[in-house]
Amino acid sequence: MQQHEDPKAAKQIEFVTLVAGGQSFCIEITQIREIRRWTPVTLLPHSPSYVLGVINLRGAVIPILDLATKLGFRAIEPTERHVIIIISIEERIVGLLVESVSEILGVSSDMVRETPRTEEDESTRAINGIIPTGDDMIKILSLEALLPATLATAA
Amino acid sequence: MTDSAILDAFFEECEDLLVALSDGLEDMRDGKADNETVNAVFRSVHSIKGAAGAFSLEDLVGFAHIFETVLDEVRAGRLATDDALLRVLQRAGDILADLVDAARDGLPADADQVDPVVAELQTFLGADGLVEEEFVFEALTLAFDNTPTSATYQVQFRPSREFYATGNDPALVIAALQELGPCTVRALTADLPQDFAEFLWDEGYLTWQIDVADQQNDLAIREVFQFVDDLCDLRIAENFEDDLTPPDDDIAPMLVTAPEAEQPSPTAELVPEPESESEGEADMPMKADKPTKRPASTLRVDPERVDRLINAVGELIINQSVISQRIDEAGLPNSAELHGDLDDYKLLAREIQEGVMAIRAQPVKPLFQRMLRIAREAADATGKDVNLVTEGDATEVDKIVVERLADPLTHMIRNAIDHGIEKPQDRESAGKPATGTLRLTASQRSGSIVIEIIDDGAGLNRKRIREIAISKGLISADLQLTEQEIDHLLFAPGFSTAAEVTNLSGRGVGMDVVKTAITALGGRIAISSITGQGTTFSITLPLTLAVMDGMIINVGGQTMVVPISSILETIRPTNADLSRIGLHSQLLRIRGDYVPIIDLAARLGVRSSSDAMTDRVLLLIQTESVTQCALAVDDIFDQRQVVVKSMQGSYGEISGISGATILGDGKIALIIDPDAIAAAPTGELKLQIQTQREVAHAAT
Repeated sequence: MQQHEDPKAAKQIEFVTLVAGGQSFCIEITQIREIRRWTPVTLLPHSPSYVLGVINLRGAVIPILDLATKLGFRAIEPTERHVIIIISIEERIVGLLVESVSEILGVSSDMVRETPRTEEDESTRAINGIIPTGDDMIKILSLEALLPATLATAA
Repeated sequence: MTDSAILDAFFEECEDLLVALSDGLEDMRDGKADNETVNAVFRSVHSIKGAAGAFSLEDLVGFAHIFETVLDEVRAGRLATDDALLRVLQRAGDILADLVDAARDGLPADADQVDPVVAELQTFLGADGLVEEEFVFEALTLAFDNTPTSATYQVQFRPSREFYATGNDPALVIAALQELGPCTVRALTADLPQDFAEFLWDEGYLTWQIDVADQQNDLAIREVFQFVDDLCDLRIAENFEDDLTPPDDDIAPMLVTAPEAEQPSPTAELVPEPESESEGEADMPMKADKPTKRPASTLRVDPERVDRLINAVGELIINQSVISQRIDEAGLPNSAELHGDLDDYKLLAREIQEGVMAIRAQPVKPLFQRMLRIAREAADATGKDVNLVTEGDATEVDKIVVERLADPLTHMIRNAIDHGIEKPQDRESAGKPATGTLRLTASQRSGSIVIEIIDDGAGLNRKRIREIAISKGLISADLQLTEQEIDHLLFAPGFSTAAEVTNLSGRGVGMDVVKTAITALGGRIAISSITGQGTTFSITLPLTLAVMDGMIINVGGQTMVVPISSILETIRPTNADLSRIGLHSQLLRIRGDYVPIIDLAARLGVRSSSDAMTDRVLLLIQTESVTQCALAVDDIFDQRQVVVKSMQGSYGEISGISGATILGDGKIALIIDPDAIAAAPTGELKLQIQTQREVAHAAT
């Protein structure tokens, strides 16, 4: 599957693009473990609103977050058509509920632009760069900014 | 192996040796010692000295040498094992352990601690010297002095198959013995098979009998065998008359059972059977007292591998219940052989699980041995006579439990000696023996481990405890408490009974820290105390941390698990059992008592509180603070073993939830922490007791 084009080109990065809260975002593919269909979760008491609950992922208890709520958008009403992206950061594994996953986007690293400074809010804080595409742009999610060390105390 | 790996192995071995040393000294103190015990103690010290020498750990070698010299005198019967000597020997054992620790941490030895003990050890050598001058002189000076007495030692040495397989050669061993002095070597061929067809090419059939003359003691000889003594049957005996008969029975046969010496790396070289010097000499019955005691062989494994295995087995158990459930749903005819096979699968899975859990289990013995020392030091510091008796040393608990119990136990032992046991004169005037007895016991009772610390002291001073609690603002002065409630004030944060801060207690660690540590292990602690007769603390711990017996319940549509260990009974209440109190609360009347009802669904925020209790099930639970309460749940499904998964790694702590488990259908169920649920929202003991009392009064 390794189809490297020109080895002399700038470093190639691959992103998975997704839609949450009606907007396009992407996550670097190396941080993604797998993508699954939505399955009902077990609710957690006293959890912040963006924590949907936990699921059983082959014997591990994985918390599932609603990415839209986390970014400050309206909560997603999960259905069978929704998708969970299982990501792994610093040994923690967390699932993110998103509306859909679109494609794998390969861009060279010099195409990634810094985030233009705007008013800071829930969603701009979690963005660490943008990629212009034809008539639109895609925002790169910083998982580290999105997911502080322990979810429970972050509430 | 790298240098540090060898050094690590040395320190690990030291731990085993120190355990053996401490065991032996205990036996000597209890008068259960025989020659072999003294030998074992001596060998432990000697092995530590030998290995420490190889690593140039001078402090350790120096101390071990003096220690060993005294033990040698004891072994030879030249020093009587009276109380004074035993006391010094035990302190020497402690110091040796300290020195091993210091060497491991790369710290210099604490001369203030070591020197007095060295001096005391030397007094024993010196005092003895007045009686038997030459021996003492010999013991204190080193190797090269001219020996006034010398003896011939008879060595019987039968190499095992492994001895040859690892590339050792008896000829080299014999040559090394010959360097020590004149030797007479004979090969005993009695064990050679008569029939050549039975002859196994790689078996060791020959026994060598070597008489080594002009020896002062057997140390040099033992050193020759240092690296092969677990690869052969070895017997070394002093043989004054130089005759060839087997040693008398009263000369103790010294069975060398050094633990796990570094084995030479196996070579593929074929070792030829050495020729015997004198053929066919029928000889003594080596088999008769052939050592059967081999050191227990152990395997050192990276704990992480075991943990991975435990996780995998947890999956297996879950997978097994998923499959069972699926097959049940498929509605196969009952006669299907599949059911039989499935049962086998279930049994096997359980068996594997138990086996894997057993790997993590460790006896509490090393932990208890540490406590012997703590007790000794505490008794010395307080000037009390205390005898710590341990029972159930062999009880096995999870490795983590053993590790995490050390601090709480240390604290409780110190407390018991400092506060529990009275001074000798007070004890005598109370008609008790001057020496207090502290018992530390471990036992397994129906799926739990119970550890008890029982002292025969004065018992809890409840009046004083109450006064302190009032003065510290933990309870209000007019509050009437039962004895049990007063006892439990000990566990309240910010409580410490010591009138003055003593050397021992009052280190800023209160009983509340002990309780927290025990709770963190999923255990419980209880007190009972009889004035004038003593106090008992009992700690109840789960057998393993990974598997738990749970009651599967329905809470507002969510499936959850409550640990069976905390459930006293389940009740389907009728209206007559219920009483209303305040705006929202209800009480359950059970056998004349009133118990508060906690709506679990509301407490966990699953749904808002509901009044209708009659269609619910109440779980009467016992909590830490001796108080009972009833959890209202919607339904009870089942009772089964569940594999506990921690949530802390992936999510963090949730109030009222201790973990999660995966059910047969693959869904996750949260495990309730009844103590956290029962604790009043403010979490303060004061309020908890008060409200409950007021509530009870109001109800009656």
